Amino acid sequence: MKLMNCPLNGVRNIQEFAHGGEVVEQPDPNRCSDAEWAEFVFMEANTAGVVREWWCHVATAYWFIAERDTVKDEIIRTYDASELFKDRVEFSRPEAPKEEA
Amino acid sequence: MPFGLLKYGLSSGYPGKRFLAARPELKSNYDVVIIGGGGHGLATAYHLARYHGIRNVAVFEKGYIGGGNTGRNTAIIRSNYLTPEGVAFYEESVSLYRQLSQELDYNILYSERGHFTLAHTDSAMRTSRWRAEVNKHLGVDSELVYRDDLARLIPQLNLSEDVRFPILGALYHPPGAIARHDGVAWGYAGRAAEMGVEIHQDTTVTDIEVTDGKVTGVVTDRGRVSCGKAVQAVAGASSVIADMAGLKLPIRTIPLQACVSQPHKPILDPIIVSGSLHVYISQSDRGEFVMGGSTDPYPRYQTTSSLDFIEGLMSHVLELLPHLAEVQVMRQWAGMTDMTPDFAPIMGETGVENYYIDAGWGTWGFKATPVCGKRMAEMVATGRVPSLIAPFRLSRFENFDQVGEKGAASVGH
Repeated sequence: MKLMNCPLNGVRNIQEFAHGGEVVEQPDPNRCSDAEWAEFVFMEANTAGVVREWWCHVATAYWFIAERDTVKDEIIRTYDASELFKDRVEFSRPEAPKEEA
Repeated sequence: MPFGLLKYGLSSGYPGKRFLAARPELKSNYDVVIIGGGGHGLATAYHLARYHGIRNVAVFEKGYIGGGNTGRNTAIIRSNYLTPEGVAFYEESVSLYRQLSQELDYNILYSERGHFTLAHTDSAMRTSRWRAEVNKHLGVDSELVYRDDLARLIPQLNLSEDVRFPILGALYHPPGAIARHDGVAWGYAGRAAEMGVEIHQDTTVTDIEVTDGKVTGVVTDRGRVSCGKAVQAVAGASSVIADMAGLKLPIRTIPLQACVSQPHKPILDPIIVSGSLHVYISQSDRGEFVMGGSTDPYPRYQTTSSLDFIEGLMSHVLELLPHLAEVQVMRQWAGMTDMTPDFAPIMGETGVENYYIDAGWGTWGFKATPVCGKRMAEMVATGRVPSLIAPFRLSRFENFDQVGEKGAASVGH
């Protein structure tokens, strides 16, 4: 059994967790190009080595960040997302395109 | 010593030729360099040499040929996919597989068994009907069968309704087959080498040289070679090699485990698959039950086996085939799969000129080996993308034009 340390619930069986993908910066959906958005949605660094990822403790629906080694299958560190994300993300309505005269 | 043996010892015809030449020295230049000596890379080399007259070709393999996913899959061959693009592609592969032993003059032990994809829910029955209709429309032998058919066709199957996931019916694909997967790699390698293709085992690619947006050379741990064109066919490590060429891929490397039992008398003819239970099982020509399940729950570059996997798989196998309870598991292993967001491969041009990719082979790569070799070679030789593989281009993600192949195995849909 492989164990993971959940920052909220302590050490648990890894079967209780879901992998959520690499931590990447989201481009501004109102301003980025289609290609930039596609890159954000689909492309993966898929690093062979140390990665920083989102994980979720499913039973408590708690999302956090884990750093682990994908070659050695070792979990290096897990921590609350507030360590990386200080500001609240606002999903504001995009500005209406200017009407052409 | 019997004198009769002496005539063999003295004859120039003995010992016979080596199957593959000892590892040759690297030349300074090749027309085509193929990175990856698995089935796909070797088939591409064979087709380049045999059908396009391009024989100044090198295949670089980090380990030994067929030692990666070519030798780690469960060797199932079928074409009953869901999307028209997928069905047409895999149907060509099945037709090439059927005559591959003759083509290569090498017995790949191709064995048509019939393939059943069990349905345990109403929605799975609906999808099975959908797949059967798409398949028939494209000329693939495929039909929906019901419980009474299954009782007749697979008498071993547990059709009890007193189980967690009772069986409602199945998608039946009579041409579904298994083959000896290592034999496929060896057959292609042997014939390609006879025609002059150099197969460099134990040769690791460490860098790819791109000049002005065009591939010019490949660096290995045994030195640098220049090349006119290069193909990467390294499923499992696709992102790592693509990164050397400056490319980013929509791929996660996720292990997929499988196992075989000790050999037994032939008692299970068809191939049985359950998408809901994440099981596929067939009995090999050696009598071993070959069993696979779902991909591991998170990505990594590792091929370790886990107890979690075997426990989960066995609980499902025994629900379908309870009489296997006394059978002992002999061997368990894993391969690293390239999982794409739409469960379809990535084949074709890359944006780097003369650099071609064959990746994203998730859990569906072995069955595509011959068609990949044929069509990748055609593309490399002519510079044009064959229409059969055009839907699988890398740029489909940038254009939000994915394939959505829900007929793939071992993945939740």
